[in-house]
Amino acid sequence: MKKMKKFLAVVLTLGLLASAAACSSPSGESSAAPSSGGASQASSAPSSGGQKTADFKAAMVTDTGGVNDQSFNQSSWEGLQSLQKETGAKVRYLESKQASDYATNLDKLADDENNLIWGIGYAMAGAIGNAAKQNPDLQYAIVDNGYDPKTMPSNVAGVMFRAQEPSFLVGYIAGRVTKTNKVGFVGGQTSAIIDQFQYGYQAGVDWAAKELNKKISVSVQYAESFSDSAKGKAIASKMFSDGCDIVFHAAGGVGVGVIQAAKEANKYAIGVDRDQAYLAPKNVLTSAMKLAGRAVEMVSKDAMDGKKVGGKTYEFGLKEKAVGLPENNPNLPKEVYDDAIKLQQKIIDNEIVPPYNKDTYGKFKA
Amino acid sequence: MRLTAKILKKPITSALIAIVCGFLVAAVVLAAAGYNPWQAFGALFSGMFARPKYVSNVLIKAAPIILTGLSVAFAYKTSLFNIGAEGQYIVSAIVVTLLGIRLNLPAPLLIPVLLAAGMLAGGIWGGLVGLLKAKYGIHEVITSIMLNWIAFYLSNYIVNLPAFHQPDSTGTYPIRESGYIMLLPNWKRSPQGMAALSRIPWLREVMMRTDVNFGILIAVFMAVLVGFVLYRTAKGFELRAVGFNRDAAQFAGIDVGRSLLGSMLISGALSGLAGCVAIMGAAPHNISTLAAFENNGFNGLSVAFIAGGSPVGCIFAGLLFGGFLYGGQTVQADVGAPSEIINIMMGTIVFFMALSKLISTLADRLAKGSALHAE
Repeated sequence: MKKMKKFLAVVLTLGLLASAAACSSPSGESSAAPSSGGASQASSAPSSGGQKTADFKAAMVTDTGGVNDQSFNQSSWEGLQSLQKETGAKVRYLESKQASDYATNLDKLADDENNLIWGIGYAMAGAIGNAAKQNPDLQYAIVDNGYDPKTMPSNVAGVMFRAQEPSFLVGYIAGRVTKTNKVGFVGGQTSAIIDQFQYGYQAGVDWAAKELNKKISVSVQYAESFSDSAKGKAIASKMFSDGCDIVFHAAGGVGVGVIQAAKEANKYAIGVDRDQAYLAPKNVLTSAMKLAGRAVEMVSKDAMDGKKVGGKTYEFGLKEKAVGLPENNPNLPKEVYDDAIKLQQKIIDNEIVPPYNKDTYGKFKA
Repeated sequence: MRLTAKILKKPITSALIAIVCGFLVAAVVLAAAGYNPWQAFGALFSGMFARPKYVSNVLIKAAPIILTGLSVAFAYKTSLFNIGAEGQYIVSAIVVTLLGIRLNLPAPLLIPVLLAAGMLAGGIWGGLVGLLKAKYGIHEVITSIMLNWIAFYLSNYIVNLPAFHQPDSTGTYPIRESGYIMLLPNWKRSPQGMAALSRIPWLREVMMRTDVNFGILIAVFMAVLVGFVLYRTAKGFELRAVGFNRDAAQFAGIDVGRSLLGSMLISGALSGLAGCVAIMGAAPHNISTLAAFENNGFNGLSVAFIAGGSPVGCIFAGLLFGGFLYGGQTVQADVGAPSEIINIMMGTIVFFMALSKLISTLADRLAKGSALHAE
């Protein structure tokens, strides 16, 4: 009997351990990912050569978010998969569990004779730089990181997005739709990338305020995290109770909490990176899409066609259709959407240049 | 019969049985998911051994896990369940990073200072648990889980302090190069070093492509030392006596409270050493924002279990675990099976290790049965 008890205790402890481990593992649910944004993605792909490409190999290393992060890792992998579908290129990925995996994962992909190796996210900038130096005959590319053109390794391509452009559009939409004249912004961690979202958004709100001839204030707060959705929820709930009726987020997993808060307060949230309407169909006003996958696919195709991609920083914006608004916005009044699309054309034509950091925002005139 | 019973009772046998079961279960899961198990295991082992540098990477990955495993095993000998290895690892990593950035000392000074500071930090974090247990009888599992989370958020707070945060990254600045514990880090990048290495291709690959460091030597040394302390010294006997039967130990005149505190201090220091080895030994030599626990400490729990609590066993269990973690990436890349299959395998092995009590009971039955027959 006593033995039995002991045995039971061990089993129970193990069960506890297993559940603790399960709680701490960062893998997200993969099934809920919709293939939204696909329509705008597929429509205008540039035609590529695609003959001599059957043995082209491209691979990517995710950052610690993993390949099912509902954000740019997932989007990038979708980009590579669609490359495979269209051209028959061989694609694969390696997931990083810790920051110390970046270097070893990149090294492993270098062994497999990949023609192009992607690092996803600016967290990998250092690791990609080292890998490129060690393997001067391989091509590398990194999403969300540009390099100084003078010191940049000649076999690395940077891929940057003008995220201020869609942020400007959603800011304009927020300014048009708000009834309380107070809107919010929740950022992840301060960085040049998140600055694009914040200042683009603020400028968009200003634009709408000038058009309507009223004052709209923007409250800005950072969660100091890209994963803590509870914190996102707390911040957004506070904003809603302080009178904001629309909150935009650029904070990865934190944003899931922001959208939840909007649902509970029955106010609006604005999604980011992909069309996030599926998270709360009634409470997501629109989304500032940044389609990393499309950029990954386009740059990979360039490399496949034998073009030299290294040594420069690609920039993707509205013009390249790598950022933008979702096509369907059921919560958005038709005339606001149409006006936003008119603004979009002005940005494409360079009539409006949305600001991307504090300095340019200071100089920006709505 | 008696021989079978004897073999079955050996701890190593149950570990091997558990590992075989782990592979069997993983094979079934893989087959059910439509992957070829042989191919997957082939990829796993080629990912661990196909090139000298892979082996080197396995050793680098294994060193911190062996140390956290030792930490858990040591506490377990005094009947303490140190689930807080994760937090002790994290605070050590924080302290080592901060001091490594700030202290401008030459390598012969900086390395010992950082090692001592990291062990001290981990020791204090563990000692706190021991103190609460000894003084107020608060269960160590509760306090150490809470301290894990405190360490976790403390780490994220420190990473985001402007003084240490590297702009446009998710981490802090790396520590000073004089704090690195790699094998000849400067020589191998110098012209003479490169010239010397170019003559031996495999060594060159290992040296240039991986962060060969002293971590594994430290881990093996500590395992032997811990084994010695536990089984060959009076202090170790006291600790184990407390583990066997606390009341009897107290009756025999052993200061139980002090033993519990000491045990957690040492256990915490071992996890702290794991943090030192990880930060000082391998790129990126810094801490970055954690989205979730990195599991360096929790993996130590599994390692200690697979080792059956034996300090020297932790070396092999840690190597196994390190190899699986590193080789598992290849399974995903080559076969397409999600790397979670490795977690399933490790979980199964730990599960069957826990069942080893059953095996020894079985062995007892066998022995009894044969004894009856003999009569």
